[in-house]
Amino acid sequence: MLSVGIPAPDIDYHALAPEIVVAGTILLILLVDLIFGDRARAHASRIAAFGVLGALIPVLTLGADGGDVSMFNGTFVVDNFALVMKAFFLIVTYLVILVSVDSMSESDVAEPEYYLMTLTALLGMMVMGSSRDLITIFVALETISIPTYLLAGWKKHEHKSNEAMLKYFVFGVLSSAVMLYGMSLVYGATGSTLLSVIAEGPRTDLGQDLGTVMNVGIFLTLVGFAFKVSAVPFHFWTPDTYEGAPTPVTAFLSVASKAGGMVAIFSLIYVGFYGRTDAWQPIIWVMAALSMTVGNMIATKQTNIVRMLAYSSIAQAGFMLVPFAVAPEDGLNSYQSAFSATVIYMLIYGAMNIGAFATLMAIARRTRSGEISSFAGLFSYAPTLAMMMSIFLMSLAGVPIFAGWFAKFVMFQATIDGGTGMAYALGIVAAVNSVIAFFYYGNVIRLMFFREPTVEDRSPIRVPTALGAAIALCAITTVAVGIYPELFARLGERTPF
Amino acid sequence: MNWFDDWGITLTVFIPIVGAIIVLLIPKGEEETIKGVALLTSLVTLGFAIGLMAEFDYDDTAKLQFDVNTSWIDVINSRYHVAIDGISLPLVLLSALIIVLCIVYSWNHFPEPHNPKALLALMLVLETGMIGTFVAQDLILFFIFFEVVLLPMYFMIGVWGGKNREYASIKFFLFTLFGSALMLLSFLAVYFSSKDPLTGQHTFDIVTLSTAGVLDVSKTAAVVMFGGMFLGFGIKVPMFPFHTWLPDAHTEAPTVGSVILAAVLLKLGTYGFIRVALPILPEGAQEWAPYIGLLAVIGIIYGALNCLAQKDVKRLIAFSSVAHMGFVMLGIATLTSAGINAAVFGMVAHGLITGLLFFIAGSMQERYHTREMSRLGGLLISAPKMGWILGFTAMASLGLPGLAGFWGEFPAILAAYEPLSVLSEETFRTYMVIAAVGTVLAAAYLLVMYQRVAMGEVPEEFKDEHIHDVHGPEWIAWAPMLILILALGVFPKLLFGITDDAVKHVTDGIATALNATSK
Repeated sequence: MLSVGIPAPDIDYHALAPEIVVAGTILLILLVDLIFGDRARAHASRIAAFGVLGALIPVLTLGADGGDVSMFNGTFVVDNFALVMKAFFLIVTYLVILVSVDSMSESDVAEPEYYLMTLTALLGMMVMGSSRDLITIFVALETISIPTYLLAGWKKHEHKSNEAMLKYFVFGVLSSAVMLYGMSLVYGATGSTLLSVIAEGPRTDLGQDLGTVMNVGIFLTLVGFAFKVSAVPFHFWTPDTYEGAPTPVTAFLSVASKAGGMVAIFSLIYVGFYGRTDAWQPIIWVMAALSMTVGNMIATKQTNIVRMLAYSSIAQAGFMLVPFAVAPEDGLNSYQSAFSATVIYMLIYGAMNIGAFATLMAIARRTRSGEISSFAGLFSYAPTLAMMMSIFLMSLAGVPIFAGWFAKFVMFQATIDGGTGMAYALGIVAAVNSVIAFFYYGNVIRLMFFREPTVEDRSPIRVPTALGAAIALCAITTVAVGIYPELFARLGERTPF
Repeated sequence: MNWFDDWGITLTVFIPIVGAIIVLLIPKGEEETIKGVALLTSLVTLGFAIGLMAEFDYDDTAKLQFDVNTSWIDVINSRYHVAIDGISLPLVLLSALIIVLCIVYSWNHFPEPHNPKALLALMLVLETGMIGTFVAQDLILFFIFFEVVLLPMYFMIGVWGGKNREYASIKFFLFTLFGSALMLLSFLAVYFSSKDPLTGQHTFDIVTLSTAGVLDVSKTAAVVMFGGMFLGFGIKVPMFPFHTWLPDAHTEAPTVGSVILAAVLLKLGTYGFIRVALPILPEGAQEWAPYIGLLAVIGIIYGALNCLAQKDVKRLIAFSSVAHMGFVMLGIATLTSAGINAAVFGMVAHGLITGLLFFIAGSMQERYHTREMSRLGGLLISAPKMGWILGFTAMASLGLPGLAGFWGEFPAILAAYEPLSVLSEETFRTYMVIAAVGTVLAAAYLLVMYQRVAMGEVPEEFKDEHIHDVHGPEWIAWAPMLILILALGVFPKLLFGITDDAVKHVTDGIATALNATSK
């Protein structure tokens, strides 16, 4: 009997259940497609949707259980933060499936595979929520990235969709390489891939000062994730990819995939790199300030709504990075407000941005155009859609009583809590940008309400049920959280990482 | 009536928004139902506001009554705290009344592009925002309500406005948004410098923050924080030199928009000074008061001179608002109970008088299709009743004793003679003289306006046209305002009696904090 000396890991199947359900759903879709072929084409979306909702059940039971679970030598942790993020990813994916159903079945693209890829990316995101180890983080990241490269080029006969995929792919692979190099440096300097060990700082037993190596490693690793969350100056792929990809995919990329990168930054910074604030805080500060400013400036000049939302999502990523850049450095217990600020911002951003994309798709069924000018006079023939769009855009701009105000509010709170001159400075940059942002969001609203329509057909727009449900869910969340922010506020509380 | 103590305010605030949602759910075609529901909603709201007035304990107007304080956003210690005292009560009533009158007034003539459903829903949302602001006792709650009024007014100007509506609406929006962004930063700064003696945590509660010792800030910090609030509230008032959005917004807005804007929205700013800025940051107020007073008197003179140069009736009334709000701000800047009492009276009086002037201007535009004073004339001949009402209101506006306008202006000027002892008497006495000159100018521009519009012969172009005199809905909408202007003018104690103790409570707090003697 050959003994390899590796004990079988203890597996808590309850804690792994959400991932197992999603993985099972992926296999089921694959099998059904294999066995029934085209006859079952229409069922793929239903299986996917039920699988996602099914995976939500163990997330909820785990949440009710409380208690953290750590598995695989501490590389995979199920704590409150992981559960909140998993629930977020599941709900976002469910909304994206709702949004996709009609547009996918109406076009001639491969349908079951589409849901297969979406769910695979979802699996990566869920693992990302629990990853506390460089290797696990990297694997999770690639599990997110590879399916989304494919999804971006899903309309394979369209020139723009191909371009979208290629740009996304080339930038993505490049940044993965940079990041991996950074991780290897961090590993070399600390002797471990576990974030909890990395937190103890560079090893000293070699008789060398490895601090610089580690700082370079931190820098390169963060650059890789800056690409994922499309922070300036690593954002160049975003507008073209968002414009060329099918709109539901864009919604998925701009919310779920971005959040996946954000989650990785969370674990890296608040667990692994926290002690080395001076290595990463200036980088994040610059990226946050640039993302907000550049994203907003360019967004004001866009004529295509998807490109505008792409640049707005760059700016929003900047707002999300602000709390990182100002998190106070005196000890692990003081970053609560910065931590929860980004989590809350992310959750709220998910609801309002998916809502904006879903409404956009409903409107585009009539206008067949992504030009902002085609929104003119929408209020006169589709008042409900015009109102929905306004709710989401106002929320993105941060106007009370829509949820966005609270997202902006906690972000400003974090800057004041940061208490340093740099923190206040970033707060002022954010304040100025909030006003600039209103300008281009408001422009769309102005066109919808104040102008005469340019389209010929002014009959009411018929919205498919699934799409309508997605819009309604997002709108209800946006308004409810805006009026009673406590709904989301508690979710942002820090769990002892 | 125990449930009323707990729910009275909450219902008054939120019934309008429920009504707005119901209005939105009714199909567009059923206009009569829509109008009926909207009117009913506003009447029920007014009923509740009157209920608050009836149940109000007038022996203790300084006390916050109908107090409701429950948890809302725990993570930032922000609570749903609403209550009214003698300062809030008149403004809540004014808001509820004006919306009813606006709905009645628009009954048969909705401005282009018609769509009563949307316009009425917006008016009801506005009502929630306005009443909410006047009852909120928590900074974040206050801020939310303060902002809620922004969007409906933006749409009201932008959709139903005149030729330049897009420019006017965006200007209105950006000015106000800029102010509120800085105001929010000040609120946050206040929050982080505060410590609730009961819980030991930061607090947003206006009442707690107004108590001495809760806020621990240096004088410089207080001055800076007050500056943020000053911009937020000052732009809303609007004070010179932030007033430039006002004439555009007023001129372009539809009639009911102008009325609501003048009658209530401007008061949100002045109310913010009295409720939030002064009690929470008395030291900041002391440093800022001379400058606020200066800007106020500049506003009085500048507004009046601009009025003399206007050709457009609505623009003239808009600039007269700048001047009148100058008197209100001068009263506030004295930091004395006499001055602030005058300010609250001025707010209500200006709401009624200027609101009515905008109603009349709107009705005239509807009949003559122009607001150019050079083309108008002879209103007393072609529509004598409207002519007399205009005359009455113009007299009230210029501060004729016996009408409401007088009690807003005269005591404010008087109060400037003797500001709070820590403020410079010379400065404020100079302001007093300037403000007094302003009243003369006010008489000049209003009489010139009245002469051009109402007196003389009917101009050639309107000779053959039939100018309809005041009709049914107009009578219903205007009569309460006319009566109130007269009643408050003859018997000002109606209002001073309610506000006095509440104002004293505020000014005593300021005086104690500044070790000053209030005379």
